[in-house]
Amino acid sequence: MLVYLIRRATQSVVVLLVMSLLVFVGVYAIGNPVDILINPNADQEDIERAIKGLGLDKPLWEQYLVFLKQALLGDLGKSFVFNVPALQLILERMPATLELAVTAMLIAIVFGIPLGLWAGLKPDSVAGKTIMTGSILGFSLPTFWVGLMLIMVFSVDLGWLPSSGRGPTRELLGVPVSFLSWDGIKHLIMPATNLALFNLALVIRLTRAGTREALVQDYVKFARAKGLSDARVIGVHVLKNISIPIVTVTGLQFGTLIAFAIVTETIFAWPGMGKLLIDSIHVLDRPVIVAYLLIIVTFFIVINLLVDLAYSLLDPRVRLADAKA
Amino acid sequence: MELPAREPSPPGDAAVIAASSAAASGAAEEMPFQRIVADFAASRIALAGLALIAVILVAALFAPLISPQNPYDLAQLDVMDSRLPPGAQSADGKFTYWLGTDDQGRDMLSAIFYGLRISIGVGVASTLCALAIGTTLGLLAAFFGGRGDSLIMRIADIQLSFPAILIALILLAVLGQGVDKIIVALVAVQWAYYARTVRSSALVERRKEYVDAAACLALPTRRIVFRHLLPNCLPPLIVVATVQVAAAITLEATLSFLGLGLPITEPSLGLLISNGFTYLLSGKYWISFFPGIALLVTIVSINLVGDQLRDVLNPRLQR
Amino acid sequence: MTEATLKVENLRTHFFTRHGVVKAVDGVGFEVHAGRVLGLVGESGSGKSVTGFSILGLVDPPGRIVAGSILLKGRDLRTLAPAQWRTIRGNRIAMIFQDPLMTLNPVLRIDTQMIEAVRAHDRVSVSTARERARDALARVGIPSPDERLAAYPHQFSGGMRQRVAIAIALLNKPDLIIADEPTTALDVTIQAQILAEAQKLCRESGTALIWITHDLAVIAGLADEVCVMYAGRIVERGTVDEVLDAPMHPYTRGLLESVPSRNRRGVPLAQIPGMTPSLVNLPLGCAFRERCSRATETCLTDPPLYNLGGRYVRCFHPIHVQDEAEASG
Repeated sequence: MLVYLIRRATQSVVVLLVMSLLVFVGVYAIGNPVDILINPNADQEDIERAIKGLGLDKPLWEQYLVFLKQALLGDLGKSFVFNVPALQLILERMPATLELAVTAMLIAIVFGIPLGLWAGLKPDSVAGKTIMTGSILGFSLPTFWVGLMLIMVFSVDLGWLPSSGRGPTRELLGVPVSFLSWDGIKHLIMPATNLALFNLALVIRLTRAGTREALVQDYVKFARAKGLSDARVIGVHVLKNISIPIVTVTGLQFGTLIAFAIVTETIFAWPGMGKLLIDSIHVLDRPVIVAYLLIIVTFFIVINLLVDLAYSLLDPRVRLADAKA
Repeated sequence: MELPAREPSPPGDAAVIAASSAAASGAAEEMPFQRIVADFAASRIALAGLALIAVILVAALFAPLISPQNPYDLAQLDVMDSRLPPGAQSADGKFTYWLGTDDQGRDMLSAIFYGLRISIGVGVASTLCALAIGTTLGLLAAFFGGRGDSLIMRIADIQLSFPAILIALILLAVLGQGVDKIIVALVAVQWAYYARTVRSSALVERRKEYVDAAACLALPTRRIVFRHLLPNCLPPLIVVATVQVAAAITLEATLSFLGLGLPITEPSLGLLISNGFTYLLSGKYWISFFPGIALLVTIVSINLVGDQLRDVLNPRLQR
Repeated sequence: MTEATLKVENLRTHFFTRHGVVKAVDGVGFEVHAGRVLGLVGESGSGKSVTGFSILGLVDPPGRIVAGSILLKGRDLRTLAPAQWRTIRGNRIAMIFQDPLMTLNPVLRIDTQMIEAVRAHDRVSVSTARERARDALARVGIPSPDERLAAYPHQFSGGMRQRVAIAIALLNKPDLIIADEPTTALDVTIQAQILAEAQKLCRESGTALIWITHDLAVIAGLADEVCVMYAGRIVERGTVDEVLDAPMHPYTRGLLESVPSRNRRGVPLAQIPGMTPSLVNLPLGCAFRERCSRATETCLTDPPLYNLGGRYVRCFHPIHVQDEAEASG
């Protein structure tokens, strides 16, 4: 187990280094680092000073090492627009994005698994077929358009929900969250649902496929032969078997959720990392873009690692084989 | 029927052996093709999807001919006609704006036709490029194996573990705006799917005897790979390509919506939708709604066709 | 004679598929008494497994039982509602399947799977159920049962897994156990051990046992009575000695002769010519007709099951009766 962990951790570090190299090359070698890191509105003297200060006159490999060192120390440059460290900006916005992504993930799982189970148990029923058609739509519809339609129906036509922004926040364990107030929830529902749709469709399809596969397995027949109730057969035997692939896929999808949040945050003016990224791209606030990139890459790598870990913990066949080895 | 007498031919008799291997792959394409068409037509939904795609393609191709107005010719626009609801008459009473107008007075119907053209054009162009590049890389990786294979596949895997939108966003942030840059971004995002798909098929096909036969003839590698391996790897590629066109169109629409895609001079459906966003809140839904429907119909019909193709071309579902 | 633990009469289980009606079980009847072992012998596709599933009411659609009665100690199981069926399964009738790696849930621990089998039928505490599970494992000869309880199926060897399956079957002291080819997937030495265990346990507890197999050698060593099935029907039935020493149905004889034997070294292996008929397209009359050397025109009609003094044969020209008749006259 430990060996496996160490191996994966090493791999992750390697990937992280490679990504940092790519980002570095993209910014310093391909792009014009002077434009990217130094405020283009500064006058010539300041620019010269900044170039020396940032070490842009040194050879490339030396610059990379400096870049790495700065990154490890947490210095990823200063935002042109806000004039605060880019990293700090992003960390301030992170809780909002995480709140959105976690809520979307929960919606996808809490609704997706039961719906998928139903569709798997009764595939030829009206409900089953409707669920499957719905899931295809959930896949195909472009997220941003669905967001617009949600706003159109629920904000403009019906007036039930606010069309943008995040609700009032309260501190929970030091992190500002908005779901603790009713107003906060009203602001959270639409963007979270919009973000969840793609994943919901995915979970439904996975659960349905898994259920149909599981139902024809011998262990289901054996469980029935023992006289177990249907509830136990499905709720324990089938569910435990299909939960493993579902958990892994959903976990991996979390990173995608954070990326797709970029679109949702833009539509609903949700003050998260994604909206910050888009705004920064539009005003060419490049240090923020670089910082976002590095953080999100780290995110992905950590998520991948955690999911691998979770998988080996959940599936007893993998866990115990490792222990023996 | 009499079979032609076949004597064991000496190894140098390239013509006979090449003919038989060509016949094997040629005959394999001819008879099943009718079967594939028949299987496909068995689903009426898929046929409906195909019909819709045909209609959309025609509309897109002939946009200038069938649009009541050229929405990008400033001379034809009348700002007095802006933000009119669907079915309204133009100020000079000459024609009806069936789907309303946008904030510049453009006829939505025409804008949608032109927009379709660009959306589909960009989607298809990027898919074809990605297909070409990805397929070549995948075939090379499968055929030559070794370090090159590991390298290509490792890069593909890492890239596939990141969501497409992120990669596209970053590329566009670095490269800037423009049709060519969007296509580059879309190609960069998609090539890995093709490479992976082709590589899996090619690895399986490579073990089959016709490849050995061709190699025995000392046919040049390029010929073996492209003339013999590739046709047999096509079915899964076709399925992936079809679905990916829809994905490319969606991605381009999303990027345009975010303001990072095509410039205003070449508006795709995504940009049209983005334009109408601000008017949504004041109840002028048609500026976003109708381009959205057009986008939706395009994507859903492509997906329907792709789904059916996947079932039809799946060897494991053959009876 | 005491009442039979299980009495099956004229059981018919048909599968209604797109290609036609598959008459998997077509008029099967037999009895098993307490403490006795009935062997159900036949090739693949003869309907023996489906018979077993039918007795437990576990036939999956598109199949269903269309006729017959299944009397468990006089009570007709076919009249039961689904909820009542659940009180029978795993409780009064238990089943052992062929491959325990597939039948035990790979992601659940052994104790979970055994405890749920107990608690489904008896409202006892988890610890009591665990005790019973432990005892059952000990009884089937599994060493260190406490540790084994906490293990997962894939951590056992094939033979051990099958012992676990037997233990699960015995947990609630059923009246009848149906074993569907439980030793087919195991090596011969393990097979012998399992057979001996099963026989011993049944004699000790008075449980009736139906052993479904295609292997005549197993039947010879284990069963008291045997039913030979072919194409969904019983073609011969009698005590093990009667049927194996003096088979009456040509199919049974063919089966016995096709077993390689030391006594016939150097002689080419005998085979029953032809193939089992498709159950959708059964031939007219006797299903074995096209492969039988004794077939005549009479065989174009369905032969009934003749009762020849306690032995049953479904044949117009059963072997020894005719030969004796010829010999004596």
